[in-house]
Amino acid sequence: MGITGERENYLSDFARFEKDISKNGQSWFGEIRRKAISRFAELGFPTTRHEEWKYTSVAPITKIHFNPCGYELNGLTVEKVRRAAFGELECSRLVFVNGYYSAELSSYRPLPGAVHLGSLAVALSTHRELMGPHLARYASYEEHAFTALNTALMRDGAFVNIPDGKVVEEPIHLLFLSTAGREPTVSHSRNLIVVGKNSQATIVESYVGLGESVYFTNVVTEVVLGENSVVEHVRLQRESRKAFHIATLQVHQSRSSTFSGHSVSVGGALVRNDVNAVLDGEGVDCTLNGLYLVKGQQHVDNHTRIDHVRPHGTSRELYKGILDEQSSGVFNGKVVVWKDAQKTDAKQTNKNLLLSENAEINSKPQLEILADDVKCTHGTTVGQIEEEQLFYLRSRGLDREIAQGLLTQVFAGETIGRIKIEAIRTGLEEILLTQFQKDKKHGETVQ
Amino acid sequence: MLEIRNLHASVGGKEILRGIDLKVNAGEVHAIMGPNGSGKSTLALVLAGRETYMVTAGEVIYEGKNLLKMAPEDRAREGIFMAFQYPVEIPGLNSMTFLKAALNSIRKHRGLEELDAMDFLDLAREKMKLVDMGEDLMKRPVNEGFSGGEKKRNEILQMAVLEPKLAILDETDSGLDIDALKVVANGVNALRSEDRGMILVTHYQRLLNYIVPDYVHVLFNGAIVKSGGKELALELEAKGYAWIEEEVREACRVDLQEGGHAA
Ligand SMILES: Nc1ncnc2c1ncn2[C@@H]1O[C@H](COP(=O)(O)OP(=O)(O)OP(=O)(O)O)[C@@H](O)[C@H]1O
Ligand SMILES: [Mg+2]
Repeated sequence: MGITGERENYLSDFARFEKDISKNGQSWFGEIRRKAISRFAELGFPTTRHEEWKYTSVAPITKIHFNPCGYELNGLTVEKVRRAAFGELECSRLVFVNGYYSAELSSYRPLPGAVHLGSLAVALSTHRELMGPHLARYASYEEHAFTALNTALMRDGAFVNIPDGKVVEEPIHLLFLSTAGREPTVSHSRNLIVVGKNSQATIVESYVGLGESVYFTNVVTEVVLGENSVVEHVRLQRESRKAFHIATLQVHQSRSSTFSGHSVSVGGALVRNDVNAVLDGEGVDCTLNGLYLVKGQQHVDNHTRIDHVRPHGTSRELYKGILDEQSSGVFNGKVVVWKDAQKTDAKQTNKNLLLSENAEINSKPQLEILADDVKCTHGTTVGQIEEEQLFYLRSRGLDREIAQGLLTQVFAGETIGRIKIEAIRTGLEEILLTQFQKDKKHGETVQ
Repeated sequence: MLEIRNLHASVGGKEILRGIDLKVNAGEVHAIMGPNGSGKSTLALVLAGRETYMVTAGEVIYEGKNLLKMAPEDRAREGIFMAFQYPVEIPGLNSMTFLKAALNSIRKHRGLEELDAMDFLDLAREKMKLVDMGEDLMKRPVNEGFSGGEKKRNEILQMAVLEPKLAILDETDSGLDIDALKVVANGVNALRSEDRGMILVTHYQRLLNYIVPDYVHVLFNGAIVKSGGKELALELEAKGYAWIEEEVREACRVDLQEGGHAA
């Protein structure tokens, strides 16, 4: 089936879907959905001729006919949910199964008054006034085909709304589990996180595949930071090794706000993570850290874009990659400093560790500077495990594999170590450890 | 416990060791001296299993086993420890984590129970006292930002914790002040015993005031050209290496005249 053919499939999905949702009080959003689907019809899926998709072919996605998912527990229990990610973390946990909110698996802890936390599907009907000003206002469905598709077909996800002046101490965990069966399925999850003036929150998003099936996650998250707010955001991608994962994280920051994002990507067959931050206020602080760890035939593409729109903004970016076997990766980090954004201080670093001769990384930093009084630096490194360090560890009695694992962990630790909440850090360290140790063995499951 | 026979090794096609013969019995301390570039570190690294050096001829028997066939980690587990002349820094890797993992892998191999965090800490503290090393140093990543002297002490600490059967110290005394030198010597002497062997690579006779060797060997241009007792070290200190050089040349000439092959 050709690319056009697959585009048709999504269009007819939309026609069916539209009838479905017309009954449930979401009609206010219907107009945007229709705009988005017609934009998708125009754009079609990107090809490698597209500058932003040069090293990542989505042809495998377009060749498969994915059906919309259903809510299926497939033997999923609370215990398995805990084991999927950050089980030890004291937090409110919103669980989604194949993209649908699961009331039975979710659990809530006490939250400050007026904080809203729940299913986006429900909120679309009940919280129009809170969502209306934000939903689909930041992630551009005009420019990006997958965002357009998500905007048209979004069914569920999380809506988090923190009013002005609220400090939410405990993290909020949004856990997306896939129990997909034999038929290839797709889910277009959508999250909206709005944090008010002087407020503070920690959001964790995890995507975990239980099993080995082929499915497609096309997710968009919008995070909106009010003036002087502080948000720590951790994203863990641990889909099944056969899954396709296309994600956009769109961050919009107002004056004096602080965003720290950490993106950890270990699963999936074909993965694309877009992180875009718009620093739309003076004195904004933005940190984007990332870690990608791939092996086998995995391909992971991290695209980040930071727009410094106003003066006195600071951005810090550190992405690290560990690539083994025949895996491949892309890092494309764009920093745009607009004309008004004087006194911008931007620093971007990408470091890669190749554990095999057949692994491959394409790293491309891009600086576009239109202001004249700025400080911007970037750097990329690609290296191997240092033989001398490896020998030192082995000469003290450590196996080659263990020594290599330790050095790899140390390499990864530089990013993970920057996450402020210890329980999240240790949770990630454990996940990475199993990832390092399971070396050479494929097809693991997290059941 | 260790027997080196006609060992030849090269790196990048260049021959560095040209036929080394050396026998170390349990309980003995051997000092190896020699000018810069004579191959002392190469010998130490070959014994520890560094793969960049290619062994082109000869053999090394350690406790009845073919040492050259063993992986570096297996040599360590079988009791070989080499203190590096230039210990490498490993940013990000906690010193204690590393040393505990190393000790437990060796203990496991010896059929001993692995130490838990508490027991390990007790042991490490005791050994740190022995080498007069502050605890704060061990809270830092392996050798990262350590001074030259601190790195050497760390090597001795590792040796004290891992309790090897055969210790090879590659210029652990170089660059140390007299106090640090005494510390190193204490660490070595504490380990000295009937069933352990030691090879001390050194430039200076000074160390041998504190660790009295049973034998002294002179390594020159990749071969041991002279062996003797501890008095040989004093002679070297007094006369330098030039006379050895002279002796070697003399021997070659005689060799050639007799129709033999120069080494
Ligand atoms: N990796 C290498 N590549 C190329 N040449 C090497 C390498 N390692 C050692 N050599 C060379 O081999 C010779 C012996 O070096 P080695 O380090 O063993 O000497 P050494 O006796 O330990 O000297 P020093 O007293 O300076 O420590 C030197 O000429 C050195 O340059
Ligand atoms: Mg040397």
